[in-house]
Amino acid sequence: MVIAAACGGGAPQQSAQSGEAPSTGGKVQINGAGATFPNPIYSKWFAEYTKQHPDVQINYQPIGSGGGIRQLTAQTVFFGASDTPMTDDQLKSAPAPVLHFPTVLGAVVPIYNLAGVSDLKFTGPLLADIYLGKIRKWNDPAIAKVNPGIKLPATDIAVAHRSDGSGTTFIFLDYLSKVSPEFQSKVGANASVNWPVGVGGKGNDGVAGLVSQTPGAIGYVELIYAIQNKIDFGGVQNATGEFVKASPDAVTKAAAGAPIPADFRVSITNAPGAGAYPISSFTWLLLYQSSSDTTRAKAMVDFVKWALTDGQAFATDLGYAPVPAAVVQQELTTLGTIKVS
Amino acid sequence: MRGEFGFRLAIGAVAILVVVLVAAIGVELTRQSWLSIQKFGLSFWTTHTWDPVAGEFGAFPFIWGTLYSSIVALIIATPIALGIAVFISELSPGWLKGPLIFLTELLAAIPSIVYGLWGIFVLVPAVRQLQVHTPEFLRALPLFSGPPLGLGMLAAALILAVMVIPFTSAIAREVLKTVPVAQREAAYALGATRFEAIRAAMFFARTGIIGAVMLGFGRALGETMAVTMVIGNTPQVSTSLFAPQHTMAAVIANEFTEASDRLYLNALVEIGLVLFFITLVVNAGSRLLIWAMSRTPARAARRVAAPVTT
Repeated sequence: MVIAAACGGGAPQQSAQSGEAPSTGGKVQINGAGATFPNPIYSKWFAEYTKQHPDVQINYQPIGSGGGIRQLTAQTVFFGASDTPMTDDQLKSAPAPVLHFPTVLGAVVPIYNLAGVSDLKFTGPLLADIYLGKIRKWNDPAIAKVNPGIKLPATDIAVAHRSDGSGTTFIFLDYLSKVSPEFQSKVGANASVNWPVGVGGKGNDGVAGLVSQTPGAIGYVELIYAIQNKIDFGGVQNATGEFVKASPDAVTKAAAGAPIPADFRVSITNAPGAGAYPISSFTWLLLYQSSSDTTRAKAMVDFVKWALTDGQAFATDLGYAPVPAAVVQQELTTLGTIKVS
Repeated sequence: MRGEFGFRLAIGAVAILVVVLVAAIGVELTRQSWLSIQKFGLSFWTTHTWDPVAGEFGAFPFIWGTLYSSIVALIIATPIALGIAVFISELSPGWLKGPLIFLTELLAAIPSIVYGLWGIFVLVPAVRQLQVHTPEFLRALPLFSGPPLGLGMLAAALILAVMVIPFTSAIAREVLKTVPVAQREAAYALGATRFEAIRAAMFFARTGIIGAVMLGFGRALGETMAVTMVIGNTPQVSTSLFAPQHTMAAVIANEFTEASDRLYLNALVEIGLVLFFITLVVNAGSRLLIWAMSRTPARAARRVAAPVTT
């Protein structure tokens, strides 16, 4: 009784307010869930988009990438979001074909706590050996070799990693697995792994807290988190041999240098190209290619179009890197294959 | 008469609802972890590896960490909680009782995330200092080995102890209140000292006090947030109080959101099932203990009464 009254009362109000609303004549409500990493920019986008299109309301629950994929597969949400592309098995277990759309880029940076030492440089194999427990002292010759002129103390390295399953961990480990075959075989890349050494902190703040309080500690956090909290981080050697300190610009360069496949399921860690930051990654929005609910599908396609064009302007301010123009073009073509009527 | 019947029916339904809920939780946990139960069987309880990449899952380090941290917390918290309860109910001047009760119960009202933050910023650095200043010969013992990280079993047990104290002490205090005045007066009349009279009162209230301690234990077993923030979240089996370890509740909270692989998810749910089972066993065990204690009052009473008569 109450529900019927609410619906009946709502509809005329909506059509009065928005005359050129989609054919249904009502307000389109779309629910999504997934990764926490892009949540700040997604919230910003949804708010801005609703301001411009009052008939579209998009709700997003940042419950984690794994949860987003699960809910999309179970069809409890209309779209998902993930920091890692869906695996072949996951795509197979979905009831219908799912498309991936890179929305923005992020990066992972190494942070450390060494009194009087700043501007430390790392190579991929060096980070891999530290996280394998093979390099245990800060004055190890391998660290000294890439940091000439820096006086390194003889203290133990206290390794910190994420304890919660996280896209940040996946990106970091994906990179370490690419540059170190030993890391690939002993640990591998996943949102959580069986760590050979170190202690786990919960979330970016947990890891940053561990590192800032433990002398001699090393850890990894999202670039945005480091920027917003003014945490100093180290540079990392990229595939062309340059040492690059992460910045939105260097992250976009990584995406521009990497070959992008048609389904956008690609890792861009250790990407080729001058100035590219090696521990970078896309974050993806996940949509069914054909849905019975074409009204929502159309609204979502329009939104993604907007996010990939006008929406990219919000990225840098929030610490994300915008998607390179060539990739956006490729995505707009794919977006056209979604069934909207 | 009909009203009476309706009342009984309604109350009975509510009571049965609780039983049904517990059973439903058990069934659902088993159903959701079936893949993992089939694949690993009983070895899930004893396997040390937790490797989501290789798909090998064992709960032993988490079971170990949960029991270790809870038992150490209990060893620290019980004497303090009982001390508070005895002081408030037996020794404290009247004007101090109110504020003391209020303050200990305030400890229970603090959200566990706040305990966790306090743990990270205050307790962990303090434990680290303690570790740095632990003499070499003690550090050689398995109980105190490991690098001085601050994070680890000791920090977790200490924070759990603080969280458990208000529960145990509040119930112990209420139980002590129920000791009849005649009991105390009788003890004094027999020439008991204050200490002996209090001991007699505590003996009278023993089943309730055991219940209070077990409630604290249950609280410690399931605590998640504060523990995960200070324990170091490393699934290893170590006897050292200084080593980072992990607990069952913490691994579920940490890894559930990103576990997309089905076997992995099933293994996490099975950890929940194991925790559910252990909690049931602990509760049943405490019931048995209370039952056994309340059945043999005469013999035990003689033992307690002995010092008074000599």
